[in-house]
Amino acid sequence: MRNHVWRPLYLIIAVIALILLVRTLVVPEDFGSHESGYMYGWHRKGNEAEWQQVKVKYQTSAYCKDCHREMYDSIGKSPHGIIPCEDCHGPGAGHLDNPAKLPIDRSRQLCLRCHAQLPSPSSGRSAIRGIDPAGHNPEAECSLCHNPHNPTLEELP
Amino acid sequence: MMKRREFLKHAITVVAGLSLPLAALRIVQPERLFAGQEDLRWIFLVDTHKCVGCGFCVRACKIENEIPYDANVTRTWVERYVVTTDGETFADTPIGARDGFTDRRIDLGEGKFKEIKDEEIEKAFFVPKLCNQCDNPPCVQVCPVGATYRVPDGVVLVDRDWCIGCGYCIMGCPYGVRFFHPVYRVAEKCNFCYHRITKGLKAACVDACPFGARLIGNARDPNDPVTKTVLAGRVGVLKDEYGTKPWVYYLGLSKEVR
Ligand code: HEC
Ligand code: HEC
Ligand code: HEC
Ligand code: HEC
Repeated sequence: MRNHVWRPLYLIIAVIALILLVRTLVVPEDFGSHESGYMYGWHRKGNEAEWQQVKVKYQTSAYCKDCHREMYDSIGKSPHGIIPCEDCHGPGAGHLDNPAKLPIDRSRQLCLRCHAQLPSPSSGRSAIRGIDPAGHNPEAECSLCHNPHNPTLEELP
Repeated sequence: MMKRREFLKHAITVVAGLSLPLAALRIVQPERLFAGQEDLRWIFLVDTHKCVGCGFCVRACKIENEIPYDANVTRTWVERYVVTTDGETFADTPIGARDGFTDRRIDLGEGKFKEIKDEEIEKAFFVPKLCNQCDNPPCVQVCPVGATYRVPDGVVLVDRDWCIGCGYCIMGCPYGVRFFHPVYRVAEKCNFCYHRITKGLKAACVDACPFGARLIGNARDPNDPVTKTVLAGRVGVLKDEYGTKPWVYYLGLSKEVR
């Protein structure tokens, strides 16, 4: 074949070689098709471990039990016993470094998540006693009158 | 000039070469034969009867997975459906229900609200949504760089270092569970709290739910409560017709739920 065919061909071959070289340098060793096969398994294997190392923030109520026995027992006897402590108090991670830092959310908004009156006949919401947020003592925090850990209506003024 | 016989010979070679099955070119990887956890496949069960729309799951998810709290993006969210006696369906999910549903009016967006009288309501309920960790994830198929993939235990993950942020997967997901992470600027999605389930904990949304509306289990374990319910109960999945084979099962689905 003649020169005008070979010259561009050399160029193309050089470009391909360059791409292959750069590819081996840039693509990490553990990148490839792994267990899930060609269709769904292409990835960098090390990334799986990276995701496992994300910090756990929510510790679950069992974690609070030993130190806050009284709270744990009293709420356990009330209808609020089903609510994890951390839903109202935020995640427990870091709490032991600075115990006072775990926030106490006294906002009405917290309680209204479940107790705002909503017409919801086809869900569990209808089994929770609802109040009208604008009508039920709107000027005060709920915990002024109700004990969030034992919300009995019996001793109310 | 090429002779006819020669031309036919060449043509046959080319066609035979093209029709060589791609599989024959695959590099044999022995580790593929041995790896894979056949005894673990994560499965999720949502009981819409039990959900009250408190949104604690959404809040816990955002904090646990470091999704900027005030950005209007979330890995999981709760939808409210209200069907009127006229047969009209309304649905809303104000900021993904991060703060629950405290307003009886339907949020139509752009500051507009729809008041529906109690007596006009036929049914009303809440439906939590999250990634379905499909067997055939379309989001993985469309990724041009191999930044998203399925782990053998079924969870679909995104490699934040590898993702180029092209957004194909966000368009490709029929369930709309993917979004751009505002900080990392890459695709982001629910991964059943991979860092928790691989440590023996439950997903943050499961632990946060006071009513047991969200459960996670192992589909390969016949004694797993979730697996038992899915096998025995009348469960449904979302958008079954898409063929994605989702692994988030729902109790109490209704035809209005999309
Ligand atoms: C190892 C013991 C320990 C554990 C576990 C623990 N706490 Fe505490 N907590 C403390 C101490 C000590 C204080 C500070 C003393 C006090 O005010 O009673 C405190 C204070 C608090 C306060 C009050 C903060 C304030 O502003 O006064 C809250 C609320 C609280 N803890 C909630 C929790 C929750 C929820 C959990 C479980 C996720 C938990 N704690 C787990 C030891 C613990
Ligand atoms: C329904 C929401 C809710 C739940 C669930 C809940 N708390 Fe509280 N907790 C509150 C509120 C609100 C206050 C503030 C009460 C007040 O203002 O007197 C509080 C106060 C506290 C305090 C500080 C008490 C004090 O007087 O200093 C501790 C400690 C505490 N909670 C621990 C727990 C633990 C442990 C659990 C789980 C067993 C738990 N809480 C579950 C809402 C909740
Ligand atoms: C996760 C949902 C949830 C949250 C948040 C919640 N509650 Fe409740 N509450 C319930 C359930 C469930 C019951 C039991 C059913 C009922 O009696 O309505 C209940 C019952 C009550 C009762 C009636 C108790 C009785 O003995 O009859 C009061 C009062 C109450 N809650 C106040 C509060 C206050 C105050 C807060 C905020 C600190 C709060 N609740 C937050 C779910 C919730
Ligand atoms: C000023 C005191 C006060 C405040 C503040 C207050 N409540 Fe009450 N609440 C009462 C009293 C008294 C009752 C019982 C009589 C009644 O039903 O009104 C009651 C009843 C309830 C009931 C039971 C309703 C029923 O139908 O049986 C719920 C639920 C409740 N409150 C939740 C809340 C929530 C949530 C907040 C905060 C958003 C709140 N309350 C704030 C005094 C208060």
